[in-house]
Amino acid sequence: MNNTFYSEILTEHNLHPFHKHDIKDPNMVLEGVNPSCGDDIILQLHVDEAGIITDGGYVGDGCAISQASADMMLDLVIGRSKEEALHLSDIFMRMIKDPDSLSEDEMDELEESSSLQNIAHMPSRVKCAVLGWHTMEEMFKGEDEEE
Amino acid sequence: MSMHHDIRKIREDFPFFTANPHLVYLDSSATSQRYKGAVEAASDFYLYHNASPLRGLYDMSIQATESFEAARQKTADFIHAGHACEIIFTRNASESFNLLASSLCSLVLKEGDEIIVGITEHHSNMLPWRDAAARFGATVTYWECDSEGYYSPESLQALLKPNTRIVTVTQMSNVFGLENDIKTFARLAHENGSLFVADGAQSVPHMPVDVQDLDVDFLCFSGHKMLAPFGIGVLYGKKKLLDKMPPYMSGGEMIDIVTRDRVKYSQLPHKFEAGTVNAGGAIALGAAIDYYNSLGFDYIQSRESELTAYMCEQILNLPHFSVMGSQDPREHHGIVTFKIEGVHPHDISAILSQENICIRAGHHCAHPLHQHMGVMSSTRASLMFYNTKEEIDRLISALSGIRRAMGYEE
Repeated sequence: MNNTFYSEILTEHNLHPFHKHDIKDPNMVLEGVNPSCGDDIILQLHVDEAGIITDGGYVGDGCAISQASADMMLDLVIGRSKEEALHLSDIFMRMIKDPDSLSEDEMDELEESSSLQNIAHMPSRVKCAVLGWHTMEEMFKGEDEEE
Repeated sequence: MSMHHDIRKIREDFPFFTANPHLVYLDSSATSQRYKGAVEAASDFYLYHNASPLRGLYDMSIQATESFEAARQKTADFIHAGHACEIIFTRNASESFNLLASSLCSLVLKEGDEIIVGITEHHSNMLPWRDAAARFGATVTYWECDSEGYYSPESLQALLKPNTRIVTVTQMSNVFGLENDIKTFARLAHENGSLFVADGAQSVPHMPVDVQDLDVDFLCFSGHKMLAPFGIGVLYGKKKLLDKMPPYMSGGEMIDIVTRDRVKYSQLPHKFEAGTVNAGGAIALGAAIDYYNSLGFDYIQSRESELTAYMCEQILNLPHFSVMGSQDPREHHGIVTFKIEGVHPHDISAILSQENICIRAGHHCAHPLHQHMGVMSSTRASLMFYNTKEEIDRLISALSGIRRAMGYEE
């Protein structure tokens, strides 16, 4: 079968997700939904007073791309500051729109998440790939509005 | 009418297949492919005979009116309606249901009344009734099918109450492909003094429908699921009911007299067809109906049931696959909806798309049904007489490799 985007990285994160579970004491929780597909995740983060994401997880149901992408995202952002996470999110979103616009360094920053760059050629799956990232952005944005 | 038609000739009547020789199209329940003669009929009208129907007094306009009304007569004959004026042209089945729910409910629905809606219903035959019920202080009660999609007459009987005004259910589920016994359900509704509305969007394209024999009060369907273009749909209603119902939209062509403060609405069917009509669409639908008649439902049904049973049996035999609805392949009319353990429908659809196979993934505009069945979404393959065994073989071959592509051992 000629699969250009169901890579081993993707199927591995989908079948054996590392972060697909409830975390202890999350202090930020937000549901992200992709109504056209039915992808549905609840993203949970614990962010400490210094603004560092100390723990993260997600639960939900959806296609392999939405689930694996959220899992890879958490691999990347746990242990980093909110600002760093948003910086990575910005790179990821740009990659999904146009992977050629990314520098090699930026691509490297995304680690395994860069394996989703071919989604740019699958317009119907873009929303799946960005669901986790989008939910995290909304989460931080909502927090800013509260402050 | 001959039972024997050459499938290669039939496929030539659909230029889509010639233009896309490598594509396997198995999403006809969403929209069918277009019969060349239907599109040509619309094109011919617009390019060579175009004039505003039902308006002008010159020959070309009168001809346009005649072509438009001939399409109405063909549609009436196709579903065995008693009068052509019982056929109201709309944009699609959704618009038919919206018109019906709005107009009929303002005639018959009072506070405290009830509408019974099948849980299998497409959102288009569910949300308009919910909206109307909310507007008039009435309630919607869901009629539940069993785990294989069957509705029993007893379960309807148990729900019917003196304040049940309307009962509605589809003649053919767009998820299960199961035919419902709407003749019996209409009789039970009528014995209770209730009206009966049927969704014919999936049945009219695949089986002979006789509204008088079924004795349904209303039937809605779409042209684009039966070989005609988008933008033409039908509401059938019994004349005695349509006559009493108020207009849905007002404007041009639906009036007899308008003064500064008074209006007398037109007779049927124009009362419900405000504005300049979709004559090209109606004419195309008429041409599609001519084509159905030339093939004959004996042929169409025998071919579709053979292909469907072939597809369903093979899907049932694939390990880790399950079929929604009846486990009897003969009960699936052109539609097989299935799940693969551990693989999300959108991934199935994306992988099949890479193999040039078009199927539908999601909830098929039937969220409450999927909730009732306890699943988030599903994958649907749907066919028509123009499909072939070879196309189904390609589907099955692609499906059998999907679990492995997604990282499973087998």
